[in-house]
Amino acid sequence: MNVTGLIRMGDNTLVLGQRLSEWCGHAPALEEDIALANTALDLIGQTQHWLDLAGKREGQGRTADTFAYTRDAWDFRNLLLVEQPNRDFAVTMIRQFLFDTWHLEALRALIDHADPDISAIAQKSAKEVTYHRERSTDIVIALGDGTEESRDRMQGALDRLWPYVGEMFAQDDDDLTDMSALRQGFDLYVTETLFKSTLTRPNSDFAHHGGKTGTRHSEHLGHLLATMQVLPRNYPDATW
Amino acid sequence: MVTTRPSVDQVWAWLDQVPDPEVPVISLVDLGIIRNVTWQNNTLEVTVTPTYSGCPATSVINLEIEAALRANGIEKLSLIRQIAPPWTTDWLSDNGKTKLEAYGIAPPQAAGGPQHCPHCKSSAVEKISQFGSTPCKAQWRCTDCLEPFDYFKCI
Repeated sequence: MNVTGLIRMGDNTLVLGQRLSEWCGHAPALEEDIALANTALDLIGQTQHWLDLAGKREGQGRTADTFAYTRDAWDFRNLLLVEQPNRDFAVTMIRQFLFDTWHLEALRALIDHADPDISAIAQKSAKEVTYHRERSTDIVIALGDGTEESRDRMQGALDRLWPYVGEMFAQDDDDLTDMSALRQGFDLYVTETLFKSTLTRPNSDFAHHGGKTGTRHSEHLGHLLATMQVLPRNYPDATW
Repeated sequence: MVTTRPSVDQVWAWLDQVPDPEVPVISLVDLGIIRNVTWQNNTLEVTVTPTYSGCPATSVINLEIEAALRANGIEKLSLIRQIAPPWTTDWLSDNGKTKLEAYGIAPPQAAGGPQHCPHCKSSAVEKISQFGSTPCKAQWRCTDCLEPFDYFKCI
């Protein structure tokens, strides 16, 4: 079996989970700090499901931990969107909203996957991600339709991250489902939410590619991995 | 070697004595995460489902199940993790819901929010945050008695 599709799902949740964890102790309010950390926790848990299954199917003894801690940037198969830095709360939440919307569409499609293990992970994750999307949608509306400052920041974040949307729907044979078929549901939901938030969808659909194929990650991924992997790289036998 | 193996009902009764590590007022059985108990020859198989994928309590729960069953003389034990069908708060027992409320945690409601404040029973409640102190809870507050409280999310 081709395990790349499983690794893509697991790398997305791993890298975004790590990004969100960077907010821990720094979020603008205690409630937001807890919410970001809880979302990260769900994503890391889903990572364990995906990457453990990838290791099992690959049959070479790799586990979720081996995948997470002992690969270099060029072996990662996550979308460019999730490795983008947090910057401010607006960028973090627009990134989350775009990812959650794609993620939920993808998981709903994977619930019907012929492989029962893939379907099981999708069923479990879809429940958690429904909740993630509800929250990121509420925040996009509240801050988009908020003060002049919050609206400017949200529009700026949307303009900055929109070029990373197209990659989510770039289909190839390694994907677990037809990603291009998810675009319609994504567009519908995003258009409706942007309308409520008074934000404007960027005109250009120019898209950066190279994350899910591993051919060209952004410079940010290596820095993220350096932090995430430092302990098991330096002390390979460490247990905790 | 013990000659008689305990009945499945007896094992369920033991597991009903094991408190949830995060919400100790309810048992693992009340929480609805023990999905099956069965004997495969001389090995006891217990099927457990996680509440949330990343819930840090999951590994502690497995340790506690093992400790409780070992203490009752179970020697051959196999813990099976099952993620589908995914855990739902519909599996929380009625007894568990009553105990949650008495403990100050509003039990899950199909309507998506608490029925009333677990402290003063007022229905004047509002959401503070969709997430709370553990993945399974959200933060709410009562606008009558002004107390904040945890709400067990309905999923």
